[in-house]
Amino acid sequence: MRPTNPKPPRRRAPKRLRTDADLRALQRLMAHALFQPLTSDDNLAPRFRDGRSMAEVAAGFIKPNDRLTSFERLQIYARCYWYRLIDCVYDDSPGLRALLGEKKFAALVRAYLTKYPSRSFTLRNLCSRLPQFIREAPRWTAPRTALALAVARFEWAQTVAFDGEKRPGLAPDDLAGTPAAKLRVALQPYLTLLALDRPVDDYVIAVKQRDALRAEASHVVDHGPRVGSGKRVPLPRRRRTFIVVHRYNEKLYYKRVDAAAFKILVRLDAGRTLAQAVAAVGRGVKPERVRDWFATWMELGWFCRRK
Amino acid sequence: MPANRFNAFTDYGIGLGLRVPHYAHILEKKPTCDWFEIISENFMVDGGRPLKVLDQILEQYRVVQHGVSMYFGSADKPDRAHLQKLKALVKRTKTPWLSDHLCWGSVDGRFTHDLLPMPYTFSAAKRTAEKIRYVRDCLEVPICVENVSSYAEFHVSEMTEWEFLSEVVERADCGILLDVNNIYVSAQNHGSDPYDFLNGVPHERVGQIHVAGHTKFEQYILDTHDHPVLDPVWKLYAHAIRRCGVTATLLEWDDKIPSFDEVHDEALKANEFLGGAREAGGPSGRAAVRTARKAVPTSSK
Repeated sequence: MRPTNPKPPRRRAPKRLRTDADLRALQRLMAHALFQPLTSDDNLAPRFRDGRSMAEVAAGFIKPNDRLTSFERLQIYARCYWYRLIDCVYDDSPGLRALLGEKKFAALVRAYLTKYPSRSFTLRNLCSRLPQFIREAPRWTAPRTALALAVARFEWAQTVAFDGEKRPGLAPDDLAGTPAAKLRVALQPYLTLLALDRPVDDYVIAVKQRDALRAEASHVVDHGPRVGSGKRVPLPRRRRTFIVVHRYNEKLYYKRVDAAAFKILVRLDAGRTLAQAVAAVGRGVKPERVRDWFATWMELGWFCRRK
Repeated sequence: MPANRFNAFTDYGIGLGLRVPHYAHILEKKPTCDWFEIISENFMVDGGRPLKVLDQILEQYRVVQHGVSMYFGSADKPDRAHLQKLKALVKRTKTPWLSDHLCWGSVDGRFTHDLLPMPYTFSAAKRTAEKIRYVRDCLEVPICVENVSSYAEFHVSEMTEWEFLSEVVERADCGILLDVNNIYVSAQNHGSDPYDFLNGVPHERVGQIHVAGHTKFEQYILDTHDHPVLDPVWKLYAHAIRRCGVTATLLEWDDKIPSFDEVHDEALKANEFLGGAREAGGPSGRAAVRTARKAVPTSSK
């Protein structure tokens, strides 16, 4: 769905639906009520975006019944909307959740979804703009904004690697005959290159292992002390790390690469020729090492033709 | 009536929703199951494990697509890119029919990811039917629209939900995916009689039936799909089979999902009602109605 600018809803719900515009007006009014953040008690906001009482707005288009007011009926939908989307971000962001703690993470998610409601038919894309939001609104993640951003980028890269597009890979024969000075290749769309200040891959793996142990323990009938319960995963120490998030045989992998190798991949991704990309690392790297890297990357199927 | 043009004249029996926690069991054990219903959106991806699993499933089982984001009732126009992805999946699965909900859920390109209730008006029915026709023409596959659970009603509505459903499907000339759990949930929430709904829809258009569990709260019922099917819903199902004849039936279990066998056993309870109708002559609706009536239990499972 192509994004369109959000239009403010009509002040009043249409009294009769005669046209498509009336239908849109009614749907816009209800959607705007749902998109407003819940209160701290998870209730529907008491005021609509234009300052009117939400109860008055709800009564304008939703019938009450013998058990529930119009406001309460609208509130059921508002809670369903927020809980569904929050759950989705929770599931896709275990590392970020562990880093920030539940309370701070919940506040971040609500602020994020308020600023960036879903613009995709699938919840798969819900976290696509989370890194951007963390960059734009650092107060939700301070004082760990840089680390939060790295973790969010890493976790979104996993979504991309899980089910992103795979184009036909390049075979050695495809490259034969083209001089390095003219050869340009593309990286598979499912692959993400991450240059990070901390090894967040180790951190997220440790969090997932801890959570898996917790889940396993919670299935035990006779509960002893919960394995790993409450145990904090140590934050990763500062260390420049280069990671390629990719998949192989439909499984997710995080491959650490050298700084020089990373530089080559970044340049190839940017459309440089093979010769330009390799030249960027200078004479500090032996040619046979570069050849080994390319052999591995070809084997992993990372390269495809440029569109 | 089991096989009609809205389910491409198939007789699919009892199916299950294909869910991630069951992938390993299904792929390794290859259990018997008449068919699987997939959520189309879960497989409208560009690659990776979802499509690999789907292809493995397709080698062994019949699959029917069920969508949650077409939003036939939305004022937004159908999105071409979305339809192209869906059509590619239709070609992959060879689904004999495709279902989605009679609802809306997006406006101005923003998505609620919910199945929001329609205002039951003639103009909305006309608009919705046009969209269904457009989608069917694009996808070239029969369409069944499903009634949703609802927790609110609009002042502007001009008719009942079943009258609206009937108006839409007649105008669109499409099928119905009759969700008897949704009928029950909405009837409880709005104080209507679920049998009025069941009796009021065009039975000859029902291509598929859904059953599911729900959760009761103090003042309303929520359609949670996290329980076995409750007795009143099985009774409604029995009535639906009496009215419609043998119909492809699917159990939805989407949260707190137990083992595959437990879910399958729950679904197979539908046989109690389908069996009688089938013995009565299969496709012959009236004969099926007469026999199935005897199969109604005093205490449904």
